[in-house]
Amino acid sequence: MSDPFAATDYDLVRKVLVQFLRTEVRRTGLERGILGLSGGLDSSLVAFLAVEALGPERVTGVAMPYRTSSPESLEHARLVAAETGIELLEIAITPMVDAYFADRPDADSLRRGNKMARERMSILYDLSAARRALVLGTSNKSELYLGYGTAFGDLASAVNPIGDLYKSEVRRLARLLGVPEAIVAKPPSADLWAGQSDEADLGFAYEEVDALLRLMLDERLGEADLAAAGWDPAFVRRVEEMIRRSQFKRRLPVIAKLSRRTADQDFRYPRDWGT
Amino acid sequence: MTIRIGLAQIAPYLGLPDRNRDLHLEQAERARAEGAELLVFPELSLTGYLLKDMVANLALRPDASALAPLLEASRTLDLVVGFVEEGPDYRHYNSLAYLAEGRVAHVHRKVYLPTYGMFEEQRYFTAGNTLRAFPTRFGRLALAVCEDIWHPSLPYLAFMDGALGLLVGSASPLRGADRAPGDDLPSNAAFWDRLLRHYASIYAGWVAFCNRCGVEDGTSFWGGSRLVGPAGERLAEAPLHEPALLLGELDLAALRRRRQAFSAVRDERPEVTFRGLERILRARAAGGEAP
Repeated sequence: MSDPFAATDYDLVRKVLVQFLRTEVRRTGLERGILGLSGGLDSSLVAFLAVEALGPERVTGVAMPYRTSSPESLEHARLVAAETGIELLEIAITPMVDAYFADRPDADSLRRGNKMARERMSILYDLSAARRALVLGTSNKSELYLGYGTAFGDLASAVNPIGDLYKSEVRRLARLLGVPEAIVAKPPSADLWAGQSDEADLGFAYEEVDALLRLMLDERLGEADLAAAGWDPAFVRRVEEMIRRSQFKRRLPVIAKLSRRTADQDFRYPRDWGT
Repeated sequence: MTIRIGLAQIAPYLGLPDRNRDLHLEQAERARAEGAELLVFPELSLTGYLLKDMVANLALRPDASALAPLLEASRTLDLVVGFVEEGPDYRHYNSLAYLAEGRVAHVHRKVYLPTYGMFEEQRYFTAGNTLRAFPTRFGRLALAVCEDIWHPSLPYLAFMDGALGLLVGSASPLRGADRAPGDDLPSNAAFWDRLLRHYASIYAGWVAFCNRCGVEDGTSFWGGSRLVGPAGERLAEAPLHEPALLLGELDLAALRRRRQAFSAVRDERPEVTFRGLERILRARAAGGEAP
């Protein structure tokens, strides 16, 4: 398969995303950004972009390991901080998460993973207020459409520079910005437990599903077109269903409409209203 | 004679008309200091683009006192500004105004309001229904707003109406960050560039395209404002995605020479178009397909 993302102009993307971060952070009246630094590819790239946009002295990375997190993840978070010159805070979430689950020993790994993601969100938003720093999102387009993220956890942020870039594009852009190769080349992992792998969880490779998502979302090819192009109909249907079932993660909560003007329905103002 | 023209590639504040007016006056001052005689601003330059329900709050009559400082500035420098126009029957238009010698010399209401994909202009605006050229101290010119010139009929009308040049105010967003091999511009910008050069060359006129920059609700506007000469040549171009005040010269003698050498406008027979359209519209009204 030829590279479906070869036509992306990564220099342009870099320029646009740096300006996006600078503009969308400063228009809130803040100068600083804060993000969870997992040691993975997405948050490393956002850290590099944020440094270009705001300067290293105005970016804080927060590494929030749990006792089952891979030690390599923390090393990679430290490596990003060292390479970019940003402040790194290390806050272990083991005490809070274990305290909660002490009375709930039967909780499965999905519940535990979601709790960890929300614990990290809660810490980031607290530090956001303490440091007057906006929370930067690190979810990519592949995760957002497949629903591979925790609602009100890692999906929560104020501004997200990479939500319209597929994982395959994130990897290429990260190389352009000089994210260390050890981070760019390693297999993606949510790192909720030892040895976890995104691609094992999902059951397919990002490069493969990204090529399909691009055809489905951006080129709007239907099932018949995709079958004619050689895509396995069962795989196509599975991905379509993942997109449909995760739609709620891409929207605000549904509000029961009663009045003539209802938030998120017919009270229509831009988020950047008056800036 | 040459016209020294400026294109103010600005990032308006979203929904803050007073700050935008100050930004306009500051740009006008800079352009004047550089010798500009005409300064063009982007679509909705006084309000920002993604207005949604703010449209009704920000609408102005062309004679509104809020425009007075700009009219004052137009005594020394002709200005084209974008604003939400409130009509006498309280409908709202996405308009460009040509200000000169302290007066509103012309208003163009956007005829084609994009309502697809990320665009929802027909939800908030009423479409204009005419495009006409108008006299200026430089000769006849015409105005168009962004999507207007994705419809070839409007540039055609402008040049059939005697325009020497078409001034286009835009708020064109980045939609697709891809670039074709060998192109010097991203795909959307490359499309615009071909379109502008096509109109300029086929009508042997000037095309000035002032596109905004900046970010609103995550959407980036790509700038890249440009001036095209009457042979379709790029006279000047602004950088992508950053503010700029682009200055250039429009040379009347060069336009005159081009129109002598290239006679498509002289030889154009609009009555052929008119009769053809009459026939097509009659057939459509009768419920038939256009043959």
